[in-house]
Amino acid sequence: MKASWVAEEEKSKVLKMSGADMLMEALEKEGVDVLFGYPGGAVLPIYDALYKRNIKHILTRHEQGAIHAAQGFARVAGKPGVVIATSGPGATNLVTGIADAMIDSLPLVIFTGQVATSVIGTDAFQEADIVGITMPITKHNYQVRKVEELPRIIKEAFHLAQTGRPGPVLVDIPKDISTSIGSYKPSNEVDLPGYQPTTIPNLLQVKRLADAIAQAKKPVILAGAGVLFAKAEEEILALAEQHRIPVTNTLLGLGSFPSEHPLFLGMAGMHGTYAANTALHECDLLIGIGARFDDRLTGNLAHFAQKATVAHIDIDPAEIGKNVETLIPIVGCAKHTAAALLRESTTSGDTEEWVCQLAELKNSYPLWYKNEGDVLKPQRLLEIIHEETKGEAIVTTDVGQHQMWTAQYYGFSKPNRWVTSGGLGTMGFGFPAAIGAKIGKPELPVVAVTGDAGFQMTLQELSVLQEMKLPVVIVIVNNQSLGMVRQWQEIFYEERYSESLLPVQPDFVKLAAAYGIEAASVTTEEEARAKFAEALDSKGPFLLDCRVASDENVYPMIAPGKGIHQMIGVKP
Amino acid sequence: MRRIITATVLNRSGVLNRLTGLMTKRQFNIESITVGHSDDPSISKITIVVQVEDDRKLEQLLKQLHKQIDVLKVKDLTEMALVARELALIKVMTTPETRSEIKVIIEPFRASIIDVSLENVTIEVTGDNDKVEAIIELLRPYGIKEISRTGLTAMPRGTQKTVYNLNQFSII
Ligand SMILES: Cc1ncc(C[n+]2csc(CCOP(=O)(O)OP(=O)(O)O)c2C)c(N)n1
Ligand SMILES: [Mg+2]
Repeated sequence: MKASWVAEEEKSKVLKMSGADMLMEALEKEGVDVLFGYPGGAVLPIYDALYKRNIKHILTRHEQGAIHAAQGFARVAGKPGVVIATSGPGATNLVTGIADAMIDSLPLVIFTGQVATSVIGTDAFQEADIVGITMPITKHNYQVRKVEELPRIIKEAFHLAQTGRPGPVLVDIPKDISTSIGSYKPSNEVDLPGYQPTTIPNLLQVKRLADAIAQAKKPVILAGAGVLFAKAEEEILALAEQHRIPVTNTLLGLGSFPSEHPLFLGMAGMHGTYAANTALHECDLLIGIGARFDDRLTGNLAHFAQKATVAHIDIDPAEIGKNVETLIPIVGCAKHTAAALLRESTTSGDTEEWVCQLAELKNSYPLWYKNEGDVLKPQRLLEIIHEETKGEAIVTTDVGQHQMWTAQYYGFSKPNRWVTSGGLGTMGFGFPAAIGAKIGKPELPVVAVTGDAGFQMTLQELSVLQEMKLPVVIVIVNNQSLGMVRQWQEIFYEERYSESLLPVQPDFVKLAAAYGIEAASVTTEEEARAKFAEALDSKGPFLLDCRVASDENVYPMIAPGKGIHQMIGVKP
Repeated sequence: MRRIITATVLNRSGVLNRLTGLMTKRQFNIESITVGHSDDPSISKITIVVQVEDDRKLEQLLKQLHKQIDVLKVKDLTEMALVARELALIKVMTTPETRSEIKVIIEPFRASIIDVSLENVTIEVTGDNDKVEAIIELLRPYGIKEISRTGLTAMPRGTQKTVYNLNQFSII
């Protein structure tokens, strides 16, 4: 009798509201305080609900800008980036960013509008099958069919995006679902029987790795972005120091180990250091942590870590054994696993000779470039940026030569300050990502290092920068070319520069001025340093057009198809 | 090598698409795929017959299937004692003379004639792949007009000879 009375009372407390309002309620419940998006017909009800709320919305000037900004935000803020776009073209404009977030495991929750349920499947105005289109490039996706499902789906979407191996989750909301009224029951629990990521490692495997460490004479740790997602930097540092194990990073793992540490070998891979790649070639124990052994890292697999026992720690079991045969597979979160390993591995191998050998290589084969004449060398420019920011700024990049020079020369000493498009290599990523990063971490200086070509792919977001008066420094590494393409044509296509030179450019300083943004063009080292310091001190946005040598190449390098031991350009 | 894999999945819209999509994306060749719901209508069972190059590829496939959010369980049944069946409908040309011959041919297969017209009969047969192939070969000389096959569905037997060590790879 009493129970049914209580149930009645519970029922009367259930709120009735529209789908759009449910979305807002759920976003607030998830602690979302900023959205990146662009309105349109199918999301008008959502934008109307947003109008009454206290959630910040960044109106980028293109949906691609919105999603890259959300990616930059997610990379530095440690929480998912949230994106809204309308149906059809709004949704398809997000596709590049979704694919980018998928391959780089960035947590995003993306809401797209959809045409009304009654016309789905009729090729209605602005209808695109975004669920079908994004199926292979999302961790999971949904189309909402009943308004009451919204709280559960949103809860699941946020849970999926940021647990296990993070990734983008898309929720497609038909317009009539946004407007229809339903009973709002907040969702507090997730019930996903098919999704139970393993975070705690199997102790037996951890012990096997501890034994391998005790035996190893030439161990090396390869730390990837998984270390950063798991916030396992301290454990990895302790592990490396305790057993005297040299450490190298993947491109996306930079910042997970202090670059100035004596055990650090520099980045590995196609444009990695000679010492790091030699370590991967010669090692007898390779400990991969939160890294997925992609082809730009390994080079030709036939020559990768052939003498090594491979141990692979990853939260995604499907990564283990995918590319490299693995003797010690450990599924688990990097932090828990490294902590367990610290407890279990009481004996160190004798690694001193190996550590010395690699330190010697690091000394005799440093990164190099010729700093001669008056022309500003791009590598020198990145060193200056490092010096002026003390290696502590958030640095985003686009894709190309300037990206590799930043990875090589910026020298990250702190985690989560490196924002780049690694797996997909998306030109146009760097600048909008910097906007999101600045919003995610307003207390840190943010520098967007971009190419003259890539910047032109998403430069419309200068409007956002100016509107929000965000103190982001844009550094255009202007070599008047699609530098990375030009480099490959120089080396592998007998200098046939097919469509890779960009002599015709806008006047970037005037362009910035048109947006009301301060800017300067520099051609020498001294100018670059002075103007960069000025830009860094500026209270608002600043664009620096840096005219660098146009024929500079990124070295050292592993040519495509070659092994990790076959680097070219290791010495001047 | 040919593997028989079953996936127990949540019966959500698009789930079949997710599995076939990922297999296309990762270059796995599907020989046949069957779907039907289990005793619980919210859960479906998908049986996939697939060609894989080696153990490493197989491990990848099982893990990638398992990684899908809507997938509850993935099993490679190939090495287990199992019952596997498919159903085929075969339409064969007949004359008054051959009709009785055909009846005799199909009898040992426990197949039956389920439709008759003046020029042809339709035969239903159930069995493993070999059995279905065999009956088709025997009927071919009479002139086959049409074949429709369901693809394989399978289940491990109730009793397994040895304790089967489900290839766990590095899932845990
Ligand atoms: C969207 C997209 N299109 C094409 C490419 C291929 N690509 C890689 S680097 C590059 C040149 C980039 O030129 P720029 O932005 O000036 O950078 P730089 O290499 O000169 O530093 C191109 C075209 C890409 N990565 N992304
Ligand atoms: Mg360029």
